[in-house]
Amino acid sequence: MNSDTPIVIPRGWTARSRLIRDRSTILASCLLLAMAIPCFLAPLISPYDPAAQPDIVGLQSVAPSFAHPFGTDPFSRDVLSRVIYGGRLSLTVAIIATIVSVTLGTAYGAAAGYSNGIAGAILQRILDALLSIPRLLLLIAIFAAWRDAPLFYFILVLGFTGWYGLARLVRGQVLALKGRDFVQSARALGASRARIFFRHVLPNVWSPVIVAATLGIGHVIVLEAGLSYLGIGVRQPTASWGNIIQDGSDQMATHWWISFFPGMAIVLTVMAFNVLGDSLLKALEPRRSVME
Amino acid sequence: MTQPLLSVQNLSTYFHTETGVARSVDGVSFDIGEAETLGIVGESGCGKSVTALSILRLIQAPGRIEPGSRIEFEGKDLVTLGDSAMREIRGNRISMIFQEPMSALNPVFTVGDQVAEVGRVHGTGSRRDAWNHAVEMLALTGIPSPEERAKQYPHQLSGGMRQRVLIAMALMMKPALIIADEPTTALDVTIQAQILDLLTDLQKKLGTSILMITHDLGVIAETASRVLVMYGGEVVEEADVRVLFANAHHPYTEGLMNAMPQITHERERLNVIPGTVPPPTAWPSGCRFRDRCPYAWEKCEKEHPPLYQIGERHNSRCHLAVEPERRAHPHLPLVEQVGATL
Repeated sequence: MNSDTPIVIPRGWTARSRLIRDRSTILASCLLLAMAIPCFLAPLISPYDPAAQPDIVGLQSVAPSFAHPFGTDPFSRDVLSRVIYGGRLSLTVAIIATIVSVTLGTAYGAAAGYSNGIAGAILQRILDALLSIPRLLLLIAIFAAWRDAPLFYFILVLGFTGWYGLARLVRGQVLALKGRDFVQSARALGASRARIFFRHVLPNVWSPVIVAATLGIGHVIVLEAGLSYLGIGVRQPTASWGNIIQDGSDQMATHWWISFFPGMAIVLTVMAFNVLGDSLLKALEPRRSVME
Repeated sequence: MTQPLLSVQNLSTYFHTETGVARSVDGVSFDIGEAETLGIVGESGCGKSVTALSILRLIQAPGRIEPGSRIEFEGKDLVTLGDSAMREIRGNRISMIFQEPMSALNPVFTVGDQVAEVGRVHGTGSRRDAWNHAVEMLALTGIPSPEERAKQYPHQLSGGMRQRVLIAMALMMKPALIIADEPTTALDVTIQAQILDLLTDLQKKLGTSILMITHDLGVIAETASRVLVMYGGEVVEEADVRVLFANAHHPYTEGLMNAMPQITHERERLNVIPGTVPPPTAWPSGCRFRDRCPYAWEKCEKEHPPLYQIGERHNSRCHLAVEPERRAHPHLPLVEQVGATL
């Protein structure tokens, strides 16, 4: 074979087509859309005001019916409406917190990986220290002490405690990229440090970052639900999936619907994010790339 | 003689590691004239790549170009030049072609983008100009339908094509000197010849000087006009290419020549030079090649040989220059003797 003939890449070898051909990706994306669209259209779709308590005696913990497909909670509020509004909140919190943590993690990891000598070593030691703090315990401690944290700060704290793992990942990638021939080649061609960083190093760390972000959203949903369940996350009367479960937790056996529907919403959403994250991983980072 | 384009004098590059000082390049001197091709040949670990990287000041800590080294290029001393002035030279006046065309290209950008980037780093023109220039350079390196190829990613090109892309990048700014570090080692033999032809052809067209670094004497024979043989971080022999092939003096050069398969001799096994290059943290005293040398005697252990002049523009770092009669009595090199007793 004359090796100067072009290599034709068969269809199915590029990341995009790998992703599209993967059936679980389609399934997970559809599921996510099915969950997210109603949540973000909450005011248009939800049948009732999620905080309204129309009849605290007559409508207390009523089983699912046509009028209340998911039933009502002990305060006579419509569970379907609360799950929809709660979903909007949970998803928003998770997405914004993940954007915060991905930004921080990428920036810190890149800085730690790209700086030489002492500075890089110090940044890495700090990261090691941060990684040794259990996130959930830290969050419980923070919000137990800061009982009335506004939602904005709640999201920020979630974001600020979620970037260490990603920073470590990015640092490793950057360190590996620094030694790659094309980075050396760019130096030999006279590119400045900044140019090499933004053109040759950063674009090559996007795929692990995207994967980590997708998986991270699912993780934050669970964290937020856990904190809200414990009563130190999103406060009543604002609905979030976690605190709706809490509303029904002491009568799970007799009034299952209060906790069941928000619980299913969490399970399906988080599962969809995880499946999507895995498919992205497979599509973007196949261990064997095409030529090497 | 006219002023050489590049004059390297007493270049020493040491790596100050925890296990000791690795004297990878140890007092190397050479000149390259305008439009000349100088070959540096030697086996892995002899210091030839570090020499190349030193010229572009691409040595990273713990490596350091030692005081006393001089690298004169177009009237400037590159050893003491400021960082931004050095960046002006890299890729612009001196550029480099790397060994691995597979990995020397960034996988996430099109090849046209990467060739054009060199223009954008050094030029003043627009994005559009840089792109058009890049396409021209790709055409010059013999890439068919360069407009379409420029829009492709590295993984869509074959090894030979990628090496052409790297050459296009290196030639983008019409540099005075190209350093080619094993440019054909990663390619298969038919493509090797094409790439070497391309390089010599472009050199004639553009009047560029080339520093050709290789372990392959065949590549040297095909491209270089003058040759430096390196061993143990030092120049052990230097000569014009014809003189070297006709009249190799240093036992190491002799060994390299004998290790080449030759069409006129039938051999069952290739000759090899016994042993390996000693680690650069512990060069032997005296002659650095003596353990592997079939002629070594006491003097080689006691006295570090200087570069003896043994002919016109022909130097050799071997005591045989003063005691030539010893060449008639080769013996088993020391490494083999030790191996036998073990």
